[in-house]
Amino acid sequence: MLEQHLAALPILIPLLAAPITFILGRSWFTWLFATSTSALACFFSWHLLAAALSDGVLSYALGGWPPPWGIELRVDTANAFVLLAVSTLSTLVLVYAKDSIEKEIEASKHSLFYTAHLLCLAGLSGMLLTGDAFNLFVFLEVSSLATYTLVSLASDRRCLTAAFRYLVMGTIGATFILIGVGMLYMMTGTLNMLDLASRIDVYESSRTINTGMAFIIVGVSIKLALFPLHMWLPPAYTYAPSAVSAFLASTATKVAVYVMIRFIFTVFEVEHVFEEMRMDLILMVLAIVAIFKSSYTAIVQSNVKTVLAYSSVAQIGYMILGLSLVSVTGLMASFIHIFNHALMKGALFMAVGAVFYRVGSVDIKAFRGLGKQMPLTMAAFTIAGLSIIGVPLTVGFISKWYLVTAALEQNHWVIAALVLAGSLLAVVYIGRVIEAAYFQEPTESQAHNKIKEVPWLMLTPMWVLVLANIYFGVDTSLTTEAANAASEWLFQNTEMATTRQEVIK
Amino acid sequence: MNLWQNVEPSQLITLSILVPLIGALLVILTGKIPNLREAITLVTATILFSIVLAITDFTFQGEDMHIQVIELFPGLDISFEVEPLGVLFALVASFLWIITSIYAIGYMRGHNEQNQTRFFCCFALAISSVMAICFSGNLLTLFIFYEVLTFSTYPLVTHAGNDAAKKGGRIYLGILLSTSIAFLLLAVLGTYSLTGTLDFRAGGIFDDSHNKVILGGLLVLFCYGIGKAAIMPFHRWLPAAMVAPTPVSALLHAVAVVKAGVFSILKIVIYIFGLEELKTLATTDIMLYIGAATILLSSCIAMTKDNLKARLAYSTVSQLSYIVVGALLASSVASAGAALHIATHAVGKITLFFCAGAIMVASHKKNISEMVGLGRKMPITMVAFAIGAISIIGLPPMAGTWSKWYLTIGALEADKLFIVATLMVSSLLNIAYLLPIPIKAFFNTSSGEQKPWSWADTKEAPLPMLIALSVTSLACFVLFFYPQPLIDLINLIPGVSTEVEMTNNLNGDG
Amino acid sequence: MNFILDHYNYWITIILMMAGFYIVISANNLVKKIVGLNVFQVSVFLLYITMGKVSGGTAPIVVDGATQYSNPLPHVLILTAIVVGVATTAVGLALIVRIKGAYGTVEENEFKDQDDAI
Repeated sequence: MLEQHLAALPILIPLLAAPITFILGRSWFTWLFATSTSALACFFSWHLLAAALSDGVLSYALGGWPPPWGIELRVDTANAFVLLAVSTLSTLVLVYAKDSIEKEIEASKHSLFYTAHLLCLAGLSGMLLTGDAFNLFVFLEVSSLATYTLVSLASDRRCLTAAFRYLVMGTIGATFILIGVGMLYMMTGTLNMLDLASRIDVYESSRTINTGMAFIIVGVSIKLALFPLHMWLPPAYTYAPSAVSAFLASTATKVAVYVMIRFIFTVFEVEHVFEEMRMDLILMVLAIVAIFKSSYTAIVQSNVKTVLAYSSVAQIGYMILGLSLVSVTGLMASFIHIFNHALMKGALFMAVGAVFYRVGSVDIKAFRGLGKQMPLTMAAFTIAGLSIIGVPLTVGFISKWYLVTAALEQNHWVIAALVLAGSLLAVVYIGRVIEAAYFQEPTESQAHNKIKEVPWLMLTPMWVLVLANIYFGVDTSLTTEAANAASEWLFQNTEMATTRQEVIK
Repeated sequence: MNLWQNVEPSQLITLSILVPLIGALLVILTGKIPNLREAITLVTATILFSIVLAITDFTFQGEDMHIQVIELFPGLDISFEVEPLGVLFALVASFLWIITSIYAIGYMRGHNEQNQTRFFCCFALAISSVMAICFSGNLLTLFIFYEVLTFSTYPLVTHAGNDAAKKGGRIYLGILLSTSIAFLLLAVLGTYSLTGTLDFRAGGIFDDSHNKVILGGLLVLFCYGIGKAAIMPFHRWLPAAMVAPTPVSALLHAVAVVKAGVFSILKIVIYIFGLEELKTLATTDIMLYIGAATILLSSCIAMTKDNLKARLAYSTVSQLSYIVVGALLASSVASAGAALHIATHAVGKITLFFCAGAIMVASHKKNISEMVGLGRKMPITMVAFAIGAISIIGLPPMAGTWSKWYLTIGALEADKLFIVATLMVSSLLNIAYLLPIPIKAFFNTSSGEQKPWSWADTKEAPLPMLIALSVTSLACFVLFFYPQPLIDLINLIPGVSTEVEMTNNLNGDG
Repeated sequence: MNFILDHYNYWITIILMMAGFYIVISANNLVKKIVGLNVFQVSVFLLYITMGKVSGGTAPIVVDGATQYSNPLPHVLILTAIVVGVATTAVGLALIVRIKGAYGTVEENEFKDQDDAI
């Protein structure tokens, strides 16, 4: 029975568990329950990826209504791959959260944190798996509403304004997607993505379809914080509790990137979006500006969480750049970076959260002398930071390698050079923190009270991610295989979609 | 003779990389007991040298040694392969590691340095990555361990932990990392996208089907991307790295790290571009002249430096460009000269650095102006210094003679008289900035007193340091009289030979 | 002229949308921002609802004589969207309550000044 409903499980399990965590109240049992729920979801998404890699596409009719009438869940290698990353990160973050939120969230709100976290996970999984355009909007809102709540849970009052700003921007983005979906529905009378794809062909140059596409792309761009629509992200990540920042930075924007890829490749045709509308040029320019502007902004920040937040915006630029190259390798680079960036940013935010746990501040001054006081945490930060820079034998290098290869494949030498130059900026912003940690004397106040290493429950997930950074930087077979399968599948998808539709007719 | 007879030849490569790594681990474990820790360093170094000797033996026997470790990208793996040039470099580095370890023990204790465990650990790590660079089987492996080397030496540069060390470390890491990511990685990826392979092949992987302009661009990217070769204007890191303790400056910044840079350039020139292809590129000449300019300019800068280590650093910058120039001359003799220079410059320069460190420990002097009359106090050190200096200048009977000899012949063969002139002028400059130091130390006295000299006046550095610098200065002699094994090794490199081809232009003219 | 009249439902949507959007951007008071956001969302709901109308069609209930029905699906969709909108508004208002508690004001420029003062 489980086999049969496998596709729905990663959504259903956290969705059902969420209210239960709320009822359970605040106890370590709630934490255990939430974590094991997330681990279960992770286990099933691993199965889904295995199934997708061996059997190809899995289609699951929700409630027994066959597509295109009912809501369809479609699992392919692409979304199963991202799903695995999301649910793994969620589990690790929950393990980490137990101690971390003690210092950052009021005790009365702990069970709320777990509830919102699981809802967010359910929403994100739903966004990934659904094959229905409107359903995607609903899951998007489920995850977003949970996210706003998560951000606002921190004890610093600035998190409230950050959450509010995020809410306004997020709602505008979601509404844009809604408008776009509405326009598509107007022209085609269907909401199933596959069905949409086959029917859009007919109206290829219709103004309504193009407007709908514009709305959807702008809406998703807000969600994925594509420069210059990223303004909500830095405050939200800065003031949210560290566990939340770690989770959001490594998953939420990635899922939005996937949604972008999904719409472009499976709903609107690749040729239409990129060859007739020339979206690739727009995206490419924005991505490169994002890389440089955000990396530069990251350099001049003093709050380390803000540094990492701007770095995220820059890294999203890399993902969009890969997408905008319109090639299998480019798309592959995007997928690999989605996965790899989750590993690096997760570890970095966890390390910063650990510093907050002990020092009570994440200003760069607070990092002074921590190399001696918290050696394991800072070692984790250093390795993950090197990964962001793209040093060989870390995952960052793999991402960069594929991205530059993709650019060079099409003789974009300038872009290849710019990508590498962008990583030099990462050297600076990561280097500042590392230098403070290892080569500066601790401040007066810090020197007196002896700062210890954080509890092992925080260290373990952090180091799991750090080791994953190294492991997947050396043994790339899993990531490249899945990403390659995903991107090749997406590129031939348009034809597949049409042939399938003829069978249904 | 050969201790490693029973080991599978290919496994020796793994061993040569693993042994220093294990050494590093043991150093950490025994950090609390300094004597044991130092013993481990020495034993590791000796074992490593014996392994490299065994590899050399197999190389002469024509044994094919290669291993593939892991496939990083489809069709691209981290692999190691033994070839003569790498063996030469490995021999030099592993031999000098033993000597430097002996020296370092004396220096670190004499100088009361902090964090000695970290020091010896990072040292072993650096050597491990140097071994990996020596035996790298493709450009990807070379690049990866090039970066590892940069990171493992960073804690050594900033060892002192004071502001100057941090500033030096920042410049060091900044330049090396920036150039390698911005230029070298781009060049590696460009090569990969052009040819679909990154393997080192005799005769190069490029052929006439590739666009000459792009290849020319790649050459420039490679030359500047390998920041460790310290071609101007990216040479600033080397003087900055001199804040490190002297053993580091001696082994890493006169031998291992900088030589890893020029070794990479040589390897790329010989095995990626191929000497024939190189001749047809427009940028070869440009880079050649930039190299020549680096030789002369840094010699001039060296003259203005009063700090002994700074002067030696600029001298190193200058000498490195000899090798770069030798590689870019694209003649087989010049390449041989360049390869030989890796070895001869190494023994010469390490002697000089050893002396500088000895002077610092024994008499706490850093500046050359204070060293007048020092020959009376430290006669052994100063004699060694003179030997090293003569070797660097390239006068017989010191090792440096041979490499300069072949480089000059190579320049003549390539018909680049400008380079010949550069080499000659540079030798004069070397004399001007190196020889006065021992001369003033011996023949001038500090306060004008005319007391007869006696052994009682001497105040030499600790014994381990003296042993080390005597051995290396002896090596300068030995390599002059017995350079043949090294030359034989170099002649094994495909396309490179110390034999002058009889059909060259000069023969026709003269 | 016909063009404008024929598509009056779209014009209403556009006007509402722009009005809502303008409020979201320009309002200084957070509650007003939420109101603007609601207007903005409602305009989209209207767009959906009007698109379900089929000229000459009746309510989609099977009765004798009726052969043409309006499309019920957009209405159902919008029910969901309304629920989502309500939830968003609720979260937004809850945030405003907490902001009021923390800063003592819901005027954007005022709490920005307070944060800058820190």
